[in-house]
Amino acid sequence: MNKETLKKIFLPLIVLIVIIQIWSGIANIVEDFPTPSTTYTAAFGGINADGDEVIGVLSDPFYIENQDDMGIFWQILESLKRVFGGFALAIIVGVPVGLMIGMSKNFQYALDPYIQIFKPVSPLAWLPLLLFIFQDITITAISTIFITSIWPIIINTSLGVKSVSEDYMNVAKVLRFTPMEKVIKIILPVAIPYIFTGMRLSLGIAWLVIVAAEMLTGGIGIGFWIWDEYNNLAYANIIIGIIIVGLVGFMLDVIMGKIADYFDYRKKGRV
Amino acid sequence: MSKVFLKLEAIEKRFPISGKDDYIAVTDVDLDIKKDEIISIIGHSGCGKSTLLNMISGLDIQTEGNIFLENKEIKGPGPERAVVFQNHSLLPWLTVYQNIELAVKKVMPELTKDELDQRVIKFVNMVNLDHATDKLPNEISGGMKQRVGIARALSIKPKVLLMDEPFGALDSLTRANLQEHLMRIQQKVKNTVIIITHDVDEAVLLSDRVIMMTNGPEATIGEILEVNLERPRNRVELQTDPEYIRCREAILSFLYEKFAKDDD
Repeated sequence: MNKETLKKIFLPLIVLIVIIQIWSGIANIVEDFPTPSTTYTAAFGGINADGDEVIGVLSDPFYIENQDDMGIFWQILESLKRVFGGFALAIIVGVPVGLMIGMSKNFQYALDPYIQIFKPVSPLAWLPLLLFIFQDITITAISTIFITSIWPIIINTSLGVKSVSEDYMNVAKVLRFTPMEKVIKIILPVAIPYIFTGMRLSLGIAWLVIVAAEMLTGGIGIGFWIWDEYNNLAYANIIIGIIIVGLVGFMLDVIMGKIADYFDYRKKGRV
Repeated sequence: MSKVFLKLEAIEKRFPISGKDDYIAVTDVDLDIKKDEIISIIGHSGCGKSTLLNMISGLDIQTEGNIFLENKEIKGPGPERAVVFQNHSLLPWLTVYQNIELAVKKVMPELTKDELDQRVIKFVNMVNLDHATDKLPNEISGGMKQRVGIARALSIKPKVLLMDEPFGALDSLTRANLQEHLMRIQQKVKNTVIIITHDVDEAVLLSDRVIMMTNGPEATIGEILEVNLERPRNRVELQTDPEYIRCREAILSFLYEKFAKDDD
C-alpha cells in the first residue's frame, strides 16, 4: 500500500475519533441524548445501559411484524421505490423537454420563465397540494420527487444540446442528416454526459426530498421511520437513521457516477 | 456547354448590422472552375475567403448571385461538395473507422455490409492510417486527425472537395507531410479541389490556379495566377525552379505590396 492510500484510510479514522469525542461530550450535556455506545447497542443489539437485552435495528433488518411494524430494510426499500419512481418519471419527461429547449429557441423562450420560478420552490411546498390532489401517500411522494428532481435534468439536458459544436452540425448538414439522425448521431452523444450529470443531481435531490416527504405523509419509509422513532423517544435510532440515509445517498451517488462515466465518451480513450 | 464545372456568378455577401448599412463582406466574385482543377484562394484574414468557401459548400447563403455545379444551381449543403474543416470536425466519440463509416453509410445507403466495410478500409488506407483504424480522435495526433478528415471527405465521392485552411492549425513539418499526402492522393484519384489558405508556398505547391483576394470589406478577386508547374511536384526541387519563384513573387507582391494589411 502506498502512502496516499494509507492517508486516505487513517486520516478519516482520526476525524471519526474526534466526532465520537464531540458526540460523547454532547451526550454528557444534553439530557437523554444517546451516547455512542448506546447508539451502537441500538444498532447492533446487546445489553443496554439499563441492563436489558435489546435487538438491534440492524441485527434484524428484514423482520415483518405487521403492516405498520417492519424492519429497517423494508423502510429503505420503500423509500428507494418512491425515489426511483419519481426519478424515472423526471427522466422520461425531463430529457425530451430538455432536448426541445436546447434545440429550439422558441421552446426556450416559452418555458424558461417557469423553470426559473418553479426550480427554487421547496418540495415541501408542493406536498400539501399534491396530497390534496392524489389523496394517496405513495403517489404524493412520487410526484413530489418528480416535480423537484425534474429541473436539473431539464437544465442539464438543454445545456448539453447547446454545447454541441457548430462544426459537428456542419458535418451533419453536409451529409444531409435528417432531424432525427441529427438527434441520434450527433446531439445525444454530446448531450449524454450532461444528461447524466443532471440525473446525478436529481437523484441526490430526490433522496433529500424523500426523507422530508415521508415525515409528513407517514405510513412507511425511512423518513417516516425516523420521525416515528422520535415519537417513540428512541433517539439513538434517529442517529442510526441519519447515518443510514447518508450511506444510501452516498451509494446512489457513486453508482450514478459510475453509470455516467460509462456513457461519457470523454472518459474513454484518453491518452 | 463549356468545360466549366463549377461556376460562381456575381457573388455578393452582406451581413446586416442593426441601425447601419449592411456590411459587405464579399462582392462581385465571378469564377469558373474546371473539372479536376486545384484552386487555391489566398488573402489576408478578413478577406472573406472562408465566407466564399462556405457559400460554395452551402453552409452559408450568398446575398446576391448564383453558384452552379455542373449547370445546376447550388441550394444548401450536400455531400457532392465535401468539406474538410480547419479543425477536422471528427466526432470524438467515434473511432477513425466509424467516423468514415458514418459518412459513407449515409451517402451510399445502397452498399452492402461488405462493400461498406471495404470502402471505409480503402479510404483509411489511402491516408495511411490502417494502424489507427480503431483509435478515437483523442488518441491520434493533429495531423492524423486531419488525414481522417480528408479521408472522410473523399470517401463520399464528392464532385468538389472544399478545404477550409485544412492545415492551418498544424506545425509546418506536419503541414508539409499532409500536403504530400494530398498531392499523392490527387495523383491517383483526380478531384476538383478548392483550398482556402494563407500560406504562399502551400498555394503555389498545390494549385493549378491561385485566386488572390483583395482586402475586405467589399473584398473581391484581385488577380488570378496560373501555376504552370509539372506534376508530380517536388517541394525541394521547386525551390530553384524559375516558374515557382515567379509564382511565389507574384503572390507575395500582391499580398504585401498591392494589398498590404496592417494588424489592426
